[in-house]
Amino acid sequence: MTNDARLTVAGIRADLAAKKISARELVTEYRSRIDRENPGLNAYLALSPERAFAQADRIDRMVERGAELPPLAGLPLAVKDVIATRGIPTTCGSRILEGYRPPYDATAVERLEQAGAMVLGKTNCDEFAMGSSNENSAYGPVRNPVAPDRVPGGSSGGSAAAVAAGLAVAALGTDTGGSVRQPGAFCGIPALMPTYGRVSRYGLVAFASSLDRIGPMTNTVADAAALLGVIAGHDPHDATSAAVPVHDYTAEIEKRVAGLRIGVPREYFGEGMDAEVRAKVEAGIALLERLGCRRVEVEMPHTDYAIATYYVIATAEASSNLARYDGVRYGVRAPADSLAAMYRKTRGTGFGAEVKRRIMLGTYALSTGYYEAYYLKAQKVRTLIARDFQQAFEKADLLVTPTSPTPAFRLGERTTDPLAMYLADIYTVTGSLAGVPGISVPCGRTAEGLPVGLQIFGPHFREDLVLRLAHAFERAGGSQV
Amino acid sequence: MESGISPDVLARYEAIIGLEVHAQLKTASKIFCACSTRFGDPPNSNVCPVCLGLPGTLPVINRRAVELAVRASLALNAQVQERSRFARKNYFYPDLPKGYQISMYELPLATAGWLEIEFDGQVKRIGITRLHMEEDAAKALHEGFPDSDRATYIDYNRCGTPLVEIVSEPDLRTPAEAQAYLEELKQTLEYIEVSDCNMEEGSLRCDANVSVRPRGDGKFGTKTEVKNLNSFRYLARALEYEIERQIAALEQGERILQETRLWNVAAGRTETMRSKEHAHDYRYFPEPDLLPVMIDAVWKQEILEAMPELPAAKRKRFVAEYGLTGYDARVLSATRELADYFEAVAGAGAAAKSAANWIEGELLRRLKESGSATPAERIAPAELAALIGRVESGEITAASGKRVFARMFETGEPAAKIIEAEGFGQISDSGEIERVVREIMEREPGNVAKYRAGNEGVLKFFVGQVMRATRGQANPQLVNETVKRLLAG
Repeated sequence: MTNDARLTVAGIRADLAAKKISARELVTEYRSRIDRENPGLNAYLALSPERAFAQADRIDRMVERGAELPPLAGLPLAVKDVIATRGIPTTCGSRILEGYRPPYDATAVERLEQAGAMVLGKTNCDEFAMGSSNENSAYGPVRNPVAPDRVPGGSSGGSAAAVAAGLAVAALGTDTGGSVRQPGAFCGIPALMPTYGRVSRYGLVAFASSLDRIGPMTNTVADAAALLGVIAGHDPHDATSAAVPVHDYTAEIEKRVAGLRIGVPREYFGEGMDAEVRAKVEAGIALLERLGCRRVEVEMPHTDYAIATYYVIATAEASSNLARYDGVRYGVRAPADSLAAMYRKTRGTGFGAEVKRRIMLGTYALSTGYYEAYYLKAQKVRTLIARDFQQAFEKADLLVTPTSPTPAFRLGERTTDPLAMYLADIYTVTGSLAGVPGISVPCGRTAEGLPVGLQIFGPHFREDLVLRLAHAFERAGGSQV
Repeated sequence: MESGISPDVLARYEAIIGLEVHAQLKTASKIFCACSTRFGDPPNSNVCPVCLGLPGTLPVINRRAVELAVRASLALNAQVQERSRFARKNYFYPDLPKGYQISMYELPLATAGWLEIEFDGQVKRIGITRLHMEEDAAKALHEGFPDSDRATYIDYNRCGTPLVEIVSEPDLRTPAEAQAYLEELKQTLEYIEVSDCNMEEGSLRCDANVSVRPRGDGKFGTKTEVKNLNSFRYLARALEYEIERQIAALEQGERILQETRLWNVAAGRTETMRSKEHAHDYRYFPEPDLLPVMIDAVWKQEILEAMPELPAAKRKRFVAEYGLTGYDARVLSATRELADYFEAVAGAGAAAKSAANWIEGELLRRLKESGSATPAERIAPAELAALIGRVESGEITAASGKRVFARMFETGEPAAKIIEAEGFGQISDSGEIERVVREIMEREPGNVAKYRAGNEGVLKFFVGQVMRATRGQANPQLVNETVKRLLAG
């Protein structure tokens, strides 16, 4: 196993079964990589060696017994720090949850462990997943392993960097407005946002409940398919998780893509878009056409309103979701001599600037007298944006767009301009609002060597189609277009 | 209030009252998690990540809680909405672990219901604006700990207990009407087994909206909300106080401030809790973690079919079916248990009117004295019917019956056994009675002579002596006859 070896889910399972390597060796190897690389990257916030080794030993005993190995046997996995892990610090990148260890596991984590994955640790992220660069973490920014002076994207920047740097074979990220797809694009790895309701949110610390989704970030599309197959499906702990049957994604991705109609919405190729990104995405679309896909032009007229709509809804929900961090039951409490002062000091010192900005925006949007003008209006526009997708999917099987208007930007470049930061999500928030599945898949690199991401949207619960096209694109050399 | 307002002044005004009643639903588990709702367990023993609002947890609705709330809605003649929706009510308090309460707002479970109250012999229909579901908060314990001067303890056991909030129309005009409404509501909820309605344990809680206006005015005055009216007595007293306070203020040319007031039990007055300026902006919005509550016609029908007979219907039936007076019907239907008991006694062969008398008299008195609640545990309905039968047939006297009843109540033994064992059987043996009468006549020759001289009043004296000698067990009619016959010589 060399330093830059890119292991895959299927490869690890086969090597374990063939006894070419043990699960314990894998954990040891990834531990030493993390020890070596993480101080520079700051991708991990906490490590969970006991849990990883205990799981490794279980897997190794299965190998010894000659038992059938579970689908993700021996998978070195990183988990974004907004996802609850029993006994392992879960800070959400925030001071206010410093030292907090949940007494329970998120359903997705539980399912991945049951399927044989080994949780190496928790990855850095923007505080409460609010950000597009990972610079809003209370525990310092993450560097992009491809270009260390650049951001890895956000908010799942730590997960993207860990996978891209070979410090995990797969990671869980979360996507509210682009937080899985955009860092995937910036770090050059596939990153999937499943349909809203496809994967249980139980244990995902809420930012915006109607938008939050857990998704896999991996080295290959096939690995994303394997992870999704494990975490997808109804969960009795999440009323919004859907009882829709789960596809065999690993089998589905091998199906033909020739004849698929790929819709290209012109609204996603407007001003503010980097010329190199445009060129790479066009080249990517051309590659898909060479694979037999049929390009169709589609219109999505409400795209322009997506950022405003998103920031009203997401902040409104966040203002309520983050009310529980009051210093009363867990996390950090700032001492004070009255209840009101304790609240003010705890929240005033515990939250970072961006989180406070969003709580204030959301509080405003829900206040009496403004609710109709902001929150209610935004919900109506959200319906129109969802209708855009519905109508586009009448003409096309899938939609293809850039993931981000630019490649990874420099650390510190946008931190003083929140609006410029919000615009980094311009192509991703639409799919978030519509609830549809989307993936970012590597689509060439700029002259400077920065990865570009191609985004593929599919209809609700059609991850099979999204993954199929992404897999074909990857296999046809999409990352080198 | 010692306001000193003259009755003439008070009479010029009219009060407008609406009640907001919270009732805990009688489910085994909490509204959004599987924790027990049991009252009185050690603090913080019935809690889990969900009801503690730990980061990442999600609520899942308890279907039974929805069923009970729909049952309450139907019992209150309300329109159950096909689609209702939970909403978040946002405010900070340590007893609220998520920083918001999951309640219902713009789409409540049911609307436009009513409940009839009987008051001063009049039936009045009180409108019910809405009924919605919500979760209860935890209990803040401000007293009873060594460091209570510096710290508040919180017991999260109650947190997440399912509640229904029932909001009445401002249709009530007097404290007594408000009390009658609350009583009728409580009885209804108890009947349909939706809630225990135990005000001491807090499973039924009441707030009131109160305003006054000069009689004849069409417009409502400015209202205040009075909280903490958690017993029938406090409800009436607080309303009386608040109404007089408002009238006194208006009489002095002041304006009523729209505010929330708290009933101070110790001081016996309402006090400002927060003014309108400081009213919370709860920033309600639809709860994104829960799907809308959908109640289709089939489910509604199922719930309707499982609905027990309501108090008002039962009262009407008792009058029609058993020939009871309205008063008896009301007393006997006070609780479902008592009503069922009455019907069981009547069903076991006792005459309805006699059963009613025994239950309303002896049984209720003894239950009250002994502080017990469950009549059937004391005397099986068939046994009470048997006792009533013995008295009605003349086998034992009414006086003996009461004594047998007392023994039955204490021991739980059957009537027949007590009557036999303790010699309560009525003496109907004419030979035995004749022997006693002769004995007394021998002892009282003077009185015998008086009778025979025409003083018939002496007859009563002899009868009384016989009854005394037989400890009241002699058949009175037989004694009368025997005394008359023997005195006649």
